[in-house]
Amino acid sequence: MDKKVVFEASNLCINAVRDDGSELPIVKEVNFQVREGEVVALIGESGSGKTTIALSALGYCKPGLKISEGSTLLFDQDLSAMNIEELRQIRGEKVAYLAQSAIATFNPALKINEQVTESAVIHGSKTQPEADSFAKGLYGALDLPDPDNIGTRYPHQVSGGQLQRLMAAMALCGEPSLLVLDEPTTALDVTTQIEVLKAFKKVIRERGAAAIYVTHDLAVVAQIADRIVVLYNGDIQEKGSANAVISKPRHPYTRRLMQAVRPLPAAGKKDKENKQPGNVIEINGVSAGYGGDVTSNPKEVILKDINLQLARGEVLGIIGESGSGKSTLARVIAGLLPSFKGDILLDDQKLQPRLEDRPRSELRKIQFVYQMADTAINPKQTIGNILGRPLEFYLNMYGSKRKDRVLELLEMVELPKEFYTRYPHELSGGQKQRINLARALAAEPEVLLCDEVTSALDSIVGANVIELLRGLRKNLGVSFVFISHDLSTVSAFADTIAVMYKGIIAETGTVHQVLSPPSHPYTDLLISSVPELRVGWLEEADRNIQEAKNKLEQGNLT
Amino acid sequence: MFPILIKKIGAGLLTTLGVSIVIFVGTNLLPGDAAQIRLGQASTEDSLRALREELGLNLPLYQQYFRWLFNFVQGDFGTSLASGNVTIAQLISDRYENTLIVSSLTAMIGVPISVGLGIIAAMFPGTLYDRILTLGSVTLVAAPEFFTATLMVLFVVFFLGIGNAVVVGSIEDKNLVELITHFILPITTLCLVIAAQLIRMTRAAVLNVMSSPYIEMAILKGIPRRRVVMRHALLNAIGPIVNVVAINLAYVVTGVIVIEVYFGYSGLATLIVQGVQTRDYILIQTLGMIFCATYVILMMIADLSSILSNPRLRHPK
Amino acid sequence: MSKLKKNEDEHYVAPFSAEVSFDELQDAPPSGKFRLSFTGKIGVVVMVFWMFVALFGQFLAPFEENDLPFPDDYSEFQKPRPGAWLGTDVDDRDILSRVMYGAGRTIGISLAGVIIAYVIGVTLGIGSSIAGTRIDLALTQFFNIMLAIPTIMFGLVVVAALGSSIPVLIITAGTIFSPVVFRLSRALGMDIMVMDFVEAAKVRGEGYRWIIFKEIWPNAAMPLISDFGLRFIYVILFVSSLSFLGLGVQPPMADWGSMVRENLGALQYGESVIPILAPAIAIASLTVGINLIVDDVSAHAGGKLSGRL
Repeated sequence: MDKKVVFEASNLCINAVRDDGSELPIVKEVNFQVREGEVVALIGESGSGKTTIALSALGYCKPGLKISEGSTLLFDQDLSAMNIEELRQIRGEKVAYLAQSAIATFNPALKINEQVTESAVIHGSKTQPEADSFAKGLYGALDLPDPDNIGTRYPHQVSGGQLQRLMAAMALCGEPSLLVLDEPTTALDVTTQIEVLKAFKKVIRERGAAAIYVTHDLAVVAQIADRIVVLYNGDIQEKGSANAVISKPRHPYTRRLMQAVRPLPAAGKKDKENKQPGNVIEINGVSAGYGGDVTSNPKEVILKDINLQLARGEVLGIIGESGSGKSTLARVIAGLLPSFKGDILLDDQKLQPRLEDRPRSELRKIQFVYQMADTAINPKQTIGNILGRPLEFYLNMYGSKRKDRVLELLEMVELPKEFYTRYPHELSGGQKQRINLARALAAEPEVLLCDEVTSALDSIVGANVIELLRGLRKNLGVSFVFISHDLSTVSAFADTIAVMYKGIIAETGTVHQVLSPPSHPYTDLLISSVPELRVGWLEEADRNIQEAKNKLEQGNLT
Repeated sequence: MFPILIKKIGAGLLTTLGVSIVIFVGTNLLPGDAAQIRLGQASTEDSLRALREELGLNLPLYQQYFRWLFNFVQGDFGTSLASGNVTIAQLISDRYENTLIVSSLTAMIGVPISVGLGIIAAMFPGTLYDRILTLGSVTLVAAPEFFTATLMVLFVVFFLGIGNAVVVGSIEDKNLVELITHFILPITTLCLVIAAQLIRMTRAAVLNVMSSPYIEMAILKGIPRRRVVMRHALLNAIGPIVNVVAINLAYVVTGVIVIEVYFGYSGLATLIVQGVQTRDYILIQTLGMIFCATYVILMMIADLSSILSNPRLRHPK
Repeated sequence: MSKLKKNEDEHYVAPFSAEVSFDELQDAPPSGKFRLSFTGKIGVVVMVFWMFVALFGQFLAPFEENDLPFPDDYSEFQKPRPGAWLGTDVDDRDILSRVMYGAGRTIGISLAGVIIAYVIGVTLGIGSSIAGTRIDLALTQFFNIMLAIPTIMFGLVVVAALGSSIPVLIITAGTIFSPVVFRLSRALGMDIMVMDFVEAAKVRGEGYRWIIFKEIWPNAAMPLISDFGLRFIYVILFVSSLSFLGLGVQPPMADWGSMVRENLGALQYGESVIPILAPAIAIASLTVGINLIVDDVSAHAGGKLSGRL
């Protein structure tokens, strides 16, 4: 209760200054405190102003932004009243920053150790040898391999997860009283995320530093935060202890955020009513890869002897981490990457491996939905034309017939009719993803290949898209191949799951079979790595994760 | 990294070879062959045939090409068609110094100043200094060389009263003051011509680096501005800047042609214009190869510098 | 202050109403419409002025291009005076009239040249970006070699071979500048080709025609247009430089570059700089004017493109 206040934002307002000089409020009258040894999480989706608020703790505004009102106090010193030189003195020394992408924030031309120790040495708190040995200690504490020598490497010579931890060392080297962490684990795979999270938590606890932790992921926050501030559109919606906010959310927005974090179903909810006899797609012994002659002997084989079936009307979830080959599998099914071995059957008919050799009627039956709606729809075409083209192309619909159908499609994905004449840049991310989906539906396909369709979206928006998919599935009877790295998303939507690991199918079966209890150590590792939305999960999960890892390392792959 | 360097150098050599084919074939399209030109009005069928045989002009074109290339590499450029029996080597050795002096002095004076100005502009974007410099370079970059040259003459000769609008005479036995007045016009003009482009491109290259996340990180680490620029930004901007410099030096190669003619300065560039006017295609071939090879080499340096400056390639995993 | 501190340990919930839906926040609206800066407006005025002179200059000129305003006066390089407002040139002709005649020629040749360069460069460039690796490799290699020849050198040799006439100048300019356009449009095409929406069109089974004209072209058009302006400047400079070297537009036809050359003697004798300065300023004002517009357009196109793609 009587802990010292490290940072305090009172009545903080930050505006964006547009080209024409007009101002747009980004952060509106925000009040919160961070006290000694305390981790305060700022939670919100994109546009909530959470990063902008966090950066104000360093007396920094991104170009084009300015503090219009209120104050930010660091140990009772007003940051907004400081000049550049005074700010320079406190940055890195009293308050340090960890960015989302370590790969972008490490200078590629300088060795790691120089960048880690630089701030402490320049501020004079440590001599170079002192800083070097301190940094080595930090590397060890952060579970980095070879702590004595890792500093002599260049940033591109270590892995992404390691670099993320090295960034923590960079921030901690000056022994700051306040750490600002901006989505530091978002870009990482689940299994890596847990390790990094664990390392962060350990050093923050050990050193008693205060921290502001910015994230959109409630489950992560539950593991690390003492108090939570929920933001929407630059406004605080709810604020309280982590336990209180997570166990008894009072604000409707917080509740919606929590709903979007789906619990892992031990036995997933089933939508069995659509299942029809027979398989839409059968994949028999397919192998594929890149480089060299892809159709007979590729240099790098990505997929090895894949066997999978997609029953008519079902959702086949494919899960795996980056590099597991799950996206490659989608590309092989779509014909973008021809396989060099095995074949794929669509409605019991053999599909040509190459896209160019497939007839239009077959192409129509399999539609691909891309991850990034921003790049998947042409920015120079109107929504009407984007959705109308497959109608012309596959179904020979023109004129008013085409227009009526496009409007129907818009309704189907729950978008207003006015969008017909709009351009993609006038839409939000979630709306663009719906257009992306509607374009695939326009072809009246039998199979939708969805490649990470929700991972670029905010959690609530993503959850809504999944809801939409569920409805479409019920009404249209389409089958899905649903690819994602996010186990909870997949298990909430899929009937059967295939777990991919290093280019093979590690495990396959119904959601129930695969998840409870997981038989393959990799599935086990994946499942135990998904953060649960409760305080204290991280400590409990640690043992399971280690066990699964050991098994996996022993090569126990059966 | 070495395989990439070797690949780039190989590509440069191949390009030069390709250029040599274009130049050889191109000049062979010129009306009349060497025998006709040399014998002129006095030619008879027999004498023409004899001379053609002597010069190897009766051989198929590809054989002529290889013969020419072989001789060229050995430094045997052949004999001028227009200037009696003077060898091309002789013509060139009389003139090359002048061109070399003007271009290297331009490089030595113009490049450091322009790069410096560009870096300063990038360090303080949006300031009055930056705006004036940007507007100035936008203006100069689009102006023809002879416009800049005329302005320089107006300023230097008519206003300051230094030198002469026409650069004549040899540089031997001239004292320093005389040398300055001798070179001031072509060099200042060329400097201005490349400065415009160089300032703009340097500024863009440095600004590009200054907007990267690691620079923001350095600022958030409380690193002093000087160190942010000198250690964090410039180290990453060196590659792009060297690239920009090489591209602009290659431009001097063409810029010098107009400048030499404008000031009546006798260098290699005026020689090539002479060659074109007198249809001395052997001279054109040789000078064309020299200019193009210089150009290719500079472009290759530009290419290599951006590879060498990439730490990922310098320090592989 | 004390109130704030007390609040800090309480569970704070912002007031809310049941109607608020907490929809997804819209992305920041794209930066306003394209607006010319002050310098850009100057550029437009200058360019429109010269386009007008290029079209109608020869009808409005006080004299024909080779007329002598003062047939009895044989002194060359006369100072400006009534009747010849910019003075006379080396052959006693009216400079003002020659600048007006030259406008159409310099601008016309350059415009035709840059259009040819664009037709060749864009067709082959975009074609190369979607064609197979082999055709692409061959074309890229070929144009790389063309790029390694300095433009003026290239022009000198071609003109020496074919003699100088206006059609030759146009075709030469078009050929010389096509490699740069090729390189740019190929790079643009390549960048757009790897976008998911192009792949989506391929997966749909679309043919090349659709992919080129409906997917790639609309996205490549804006950057190409701003480059067109820049390229136009370089072609004007090239054509004028060639004329200046005596290998472009041939006397007695007036052209800005050759006017500078013809009157170079004036500089030597220090009599008057107007005969040189007038055509030189004409070229410089036109190219600088275009560049001021291009600067605005490319800043706009660049910002928007990176934001959207």
